[in-house]
Amino acid sequence: MTEAPIKITVRSLGVRYGSTVALEDVSLDVPTNRVTALIGPSGCGKSTFLRCLNRMNDTIPGVRITGDVRLDGEPLYAADVDPVALRRRVGMVFQKSNPFPKSIFDNVAFGPRVHGLRDRVRLHELVERSLRQAALWDEVADRLDRPALDLSGGQQQRLCIARALAVEPEVILMDEPASALDPIATAKIEELIHELKMRYTIVIVTHNMQQAARVSDVTAYFYLGRLIECGPTERLFTNPDRPETEDYITGRFG
Amino acid sequence: MTAHARRRRRVDRVMFTLASLATALTLGVLLFLLGYLAWQGASSVSLTFFTRLPAPVGESGGGMANALVGSFKLIALAALAGVPVGFLGGVYLAEYGGGSVGWLVRYAADVLNGVPSIVVGITVYALVVVPMGHFSTLAGGIALGLMTIPVTLRTTEEFLRLVPTSLRDGALALGAPRWVTIVRVAIPAGLRGIAAGILLSLARVAGETAPLLFTSFSNRYWSPGVGQPTASLPVMIFTYAISPYDEWHRQAWAAALVLLAVVLGSNLLARAALGRGRPA
Repeated sequence: MTEAPIKITVRSLGVRYGSTVALEDVSLDVPTNRVTALIGPSGCGKSTFLRCLNRMNDTIPGVRITGDVRLDGEPLYAADVDPVALRRRVGMVFQKSNPFPKSIFDNVAFGPRVHGLRDRVRLHELVERSLRQAALWDEVADRLDRPALDLSGGQQQRLCIARALAVEPEVILMDEPASALDPIATAKIEELIHELKMRYTIVIVTHNMQQAARVSDVTAYFYLGRLIECGPTERLFTNPDRPETEDYITGRFG
Repeated sequence: MTAHARRRRRVDRVMFTLASLATALTLGVLLFLLGYLAWQGASSVSLTFFTRLPAPVGESGGGMANALVGSFKLIALAALAGVPVGFLGGVYLAEYGGGSVGWLVRYAADVLNGVPSIVVGITVYALVVVPMGHFSTLAGGIALGLMTIPVTLRTTEEFLRLVPTSLRDGALALGAPRWVTIVRVAIPAGLRGIAAGILLSLARVAGETAPLLFTSFSNRYWSPGVGQPTASLPVMIFTYAISPYDEWHRQAWAAALVLLAVVLGSNLLARAALGRGRPA
């Protein structure tokens, strides 16, 4: 793997919910056009970390965030940053697919419409391109006006990816995007991630270590709210620096 | 079979019987009401009932066309006056009403829901009828509108709360501002339930009599616009039922049947709207 420029820099990030410490002193670099996987047992803070990168934690009452997160060198938590504008640049796909109870087309067109795109021809082009990028176009091209909730679970998740792509973000955050899917649908999502990293920087949370090994270039291991180790995926899985990491990836706990 | 298992079966049978009886009683009351009304009123429900004005005492025939129109006007005004307040208040409670203001609004709505309807009537009498100098459709509509607010408010809140956080998160993560998330995702997802709740609250006030006695009063003739006293089905039923004339009694039965049919119809409509909704 060649060295890639850094897209997101995180320094001494801490998150508290009330008196609970969810994340403490995490420093991490996310390389551009690479897949960074976050692994670790449940409750280790990896989803919290992910949600810091597009300021989705802001919506939770009682949250306190400290430290420094920068996207292309610009601080995300500066007073003059609008989290709404930030989320256009940093998209997100959730663990449970969450299509809106609208048509397939309206789901993908939601983001662009919110951001002011009204031109029907361009909207159509954008929806088609997004669905193609999400490898869903061939399955839904003839029924764009059907309810999104009629799709299968795997298709719904790819629809959510298409919906995120339609906003044309730079970074895509994925929170266990395949954990509720069967192996075939999971394989499709993983294939998709491989193709998407040509254009996007991807950060993915996963419980599945084989998945992390298959799709990611960089892996970060979290435990109890701390970053234990971060490095190139191949090295981390074959020759981890820290004994805790080895324990986890060899399945001795977690 | 052990004694324990026998006991369990006995308790099961008793409870099942009690539950069945309660169900039968609930259903029985409704069916009896419907049946009795139909038996008493159906013979007097005719075309003239829907098209004619009330006939003077002693003359047979005549109808309640003015009361029908009056009731619909009153309900339309009630919707206009009450639904926006209740709906927007419900949106506020569900989306922003976490603090003490929210608690206060919720409490006020519950108290308002428990206020006897005649008190609402007197209040509107003091606030609208007295300054205007006479009874009017407008005053009646306002009284009924006030009564729709609590139910509209609480159902709007309940159904918005049922919209899963994951849907809101989905919209926020696409860079939608909070108000867009509320207007374009949360409200559409909850709309069926909200609409059903509004319809139910309107159906409920359609049968209110007490607040109308002080506000829209009654009228033997057509009531143009909204500034005059107007006839309405509930008040007509009241007036005709306590009158000494057999012909009026028959008309009251017919009016009661029509009113119940309207309320039942809108209830069914609301439930159909709810039932067809996908789980959002």
